[in-house]
Amino acid sequence: MLSRTADHLYWMSRYIERAESLARLVDAHYKMSLLPHSSEDLAESLLSTMTALHMEQPYKERHQSIEPRAVFEFVSLDRDYSGSIYSCLRIARENARAVRGSLTSELWETLNSTWLDARAQVARRASQIDIGQFVEWVKERSHLTRGVTIGTMMRDEAFHFSRIGTFLERADSTARILTAHQGDLEPGADAGVVPDPYQWSVLLRALSAFEVYRRVYRDVITPSRVAQLLILRDDMPRSLLRCCKEVYGNLKSVANEQSAETLRRAGEMHAMLHFARMEEITAAGLPQFLKQFLSKLQDLGSRIASDFLVPPAEA
Amino acid sequence: MPKTPYDEMYLREGAGRAHYLRYAQWLDGQPADRLAQKRAEADALFHRVGITFAVYGEDEGLERLIPFDIVPRVLPREEWIQLETGLKQRVRALNAFIQDIYHDQQILNAGVIPAEQVLCNSQYRPEMQGVDVPGDIYAHIAGIDIVRDDAGEFKVLEDNLRVPSGVSYMLENRKMLMRLFPELFSSHRVAPVDHYPDVLLDNLRSVAPTGVADPTVVLLTAGAHNSAYFEHAFLAQQMGIELVEGQDLFVRDEAVFMRTTQGPQRVDVIYRRIDDDFLDPLVFRPDSMLGVPGLLTAYRAGRITIANAIGTGVADDKSIYPYVPEMIRFYLGQSPIIGNVHTWMLRRPSDRDYVLAHLPELVVKEVHGAGGYGMLIGPAASKREIEDFRRQIIATPERYIAQPTLALSTCPTFAEAGLAPRHIDLRPFVLSGSEISIVPGGLTRVALVEGSLVVNSSQGGGTKDTWVLET
Repeated sequence: MLSRTADHLYWMSRYIERAESLARLVDAHYKMSLLPHSSEDLAESLLSTMTALHMEQPYKERHQSIEPRAVFEFVSLDRDYSGSIYSCLRIARENARAVRGSLTSELWETLNSTWLDARAQVARRASQIDIGQFVEWVKERSHLTRGVTIGTMMRDEAFHFSRIGTFLERADSTARILTAHQGDLEPGADAGVVPDPYQWSVLLRALSAFEVYRRVYRDVITPSRVAQLLILRDDMPRSLLRCCKEVYGNLKSVANEQSAETLRRAGEMHAMLHFARMEEITAAGLPQFLKQFLSKLQDLGSRIASDFLVPPAEA
Repeated sequence: MPKTPYDEMYLREGAGRAHYLRYAQWLDGQPADRLAQKRAEADALFHRVGITFAVYGEDEGLERLIPFDIVPRVLPREEWIQLETGLKQRVRALNAFIQDIYHDQQILNAGVIPAEQVLCNSQYRPEMQGVDVPGDIYAHIAGIDIVRDDAGEFKVLEDNLRVPSGVSYMLENRKMLMRLFPELFSSHRVAPVDHYPDVLLDNLRSVAPTGVADPTVVLLTAGAHNSAYFEHAFLAQQMGIELVEGQDLFVRDEAVFMRTTQGPQRVDVIYRRIDDDFLDPLVFRPDSMLGVPGLLTAYRAGRITIANAIGTGVADDKSIYPYVPEMIRFYLGQSPIIGNVHTWMLRRPSDRDYVLAHLPELVVKEVHGAGGYGMLIGPAASKREIEDFRRQIIATPERYIAQPTLALSTCPTFAEAGLAPRHIDLRPFVLSGSEISIVPGGLTRVALVEGSLVVNSSQGGGTKDTWVLET
């Protein structure tokens, strides 16, 4: 398939996944904001999340202080900020439109109507928009998009590149959410003070892991189990291991003459997580581990671009 | 005294024409609210599917629907057969003309068309002189605009031989009408049109460079911001071919390749939807980002087929249009089956004098204008507009032609206040390859504004489904 087509499919999927990840984060914090607790905790959690997502700077250019409602509106609805959920849906749809011939009509219509609908919703005054409902809707549209992708697309290159985009983005998002909470996940936290239950629920809910945690561990929430679940569990759909496994598998299906090294690096990341033990990771330092993981992920992304897609720097 | 236009559905006495009778009866029996609801449904569906076009000069990224009218334009079988024969004849002559112009120029030597009319035309491409193209076919896809005058006669209003568009609406309108009113299609025998992409692909494959057994065809688009992008994407998908932009192609050793995830892949036929000027920055506009450097070299070497060929514009120019009946006689030795609209060429002093004296009755068109721009419709124009045109005509008469104001036929159409007659035309798509084929029907465009004669989508025109009845 055309390199440019693969490129659009890859970014289309990344942006839909990004919209969903952001919607999950907003949703978790929004629910937290409805519970009785100190507003400093909420603001602190919002701040560390925005920092991990590199959203702090653009937010501060527009707002003076961390106000939950302002943050929710900024992340969800801001039309002028290219990282908002609204913008992600627009960019996903633009990429889809550029290759609509390579998508099934069901998939194109799903992405197109998501965008048309988002535009209609955001056309209202921001203060009149029910944020909880909006992010709930974004999650549903993302679920729908993924379902339509899996349910209607041929298992050909178009599908694999779209899936690579999805899982690279998801790995990135999980790693960043973990980064935002790395303080609570330090090994010492187990023994010492009981961590803030709100923080845990935000983290776990943002990754659809709250109910999974209960089912897997049937026990109180401890930092090491949370880290285990979100980093090393193969059956946890948003864990780093699961994402790397999917990236590797899809990459293998599209291998070309020059992609051997890229595939090797993806395989190495997968193997490393597959055989790792949580104790070793925490002993070497979780923040260090996450930082390294994110940089490897970025390297993988640019290698994929230059092997298959439209290399960003090509003049 | 304005002429009474021909009504496609009703006789002057108000009864339905024979081929419309059953439809007219059905329409009479439809409750108004059902029709209103179906019209709203059509709008919503077109939006969701993204059957939209971009309007130049408006907000960036704005996409609009071309209004779709639910009342079909129906053609009886006999009329279609006559049209089809006439269209094939005309396109055959046009292809012969382009071949001749870029080779021996017999028609110029015989004095049938003044040589400077052709050779000094900005659409004449000297780069094409002596270049052979497969099957001597230049206009592989032709959109011929047909109107019906007050006497009920079909006339050719314009030939479109460069990158004619609109066929996707022909296909989508049919799909839509079948979805809205399936019952109509069980009570009428409407000739199908949905095989158009297959015919087009066969046609494009049939003109591949000689020696290519299994040609790779691609559709070249200017990209998602082009006003006809929907159609490009639609046709590429329907034909199962790659939709490429200039940046996806490159030329190496006089052959054209596309960049794919598995490395370069050879391309044999380019169905291009960008103008000549943008095709190859090394030969035409150097600032074009849409084209492929070196494409013309590969083309002249016979390693790639470009459809339509480069330089077809010389045959669909409004200054050449008056000569098409002569071309039919010259190349085919036949008399034209479908006539032209009478045309005054303002470069001729006698024509000019007549036109200047009758401006308020006539339509004046710029020779190179398109899309309904650069046009004066005398009866609808203000005194000032007429005087403006008069001055321009006197300054540069060769830039204009004039035609009588036609009473274009009308078809009942939904307007604000209910059904009302609106002027229509018809653009059938004629495909030339190893043979000439036409999918029955075409795109019917309708001027939605009362009394308006401008059917172009960029000027508020709409479209209708077009039926050719099989019995």
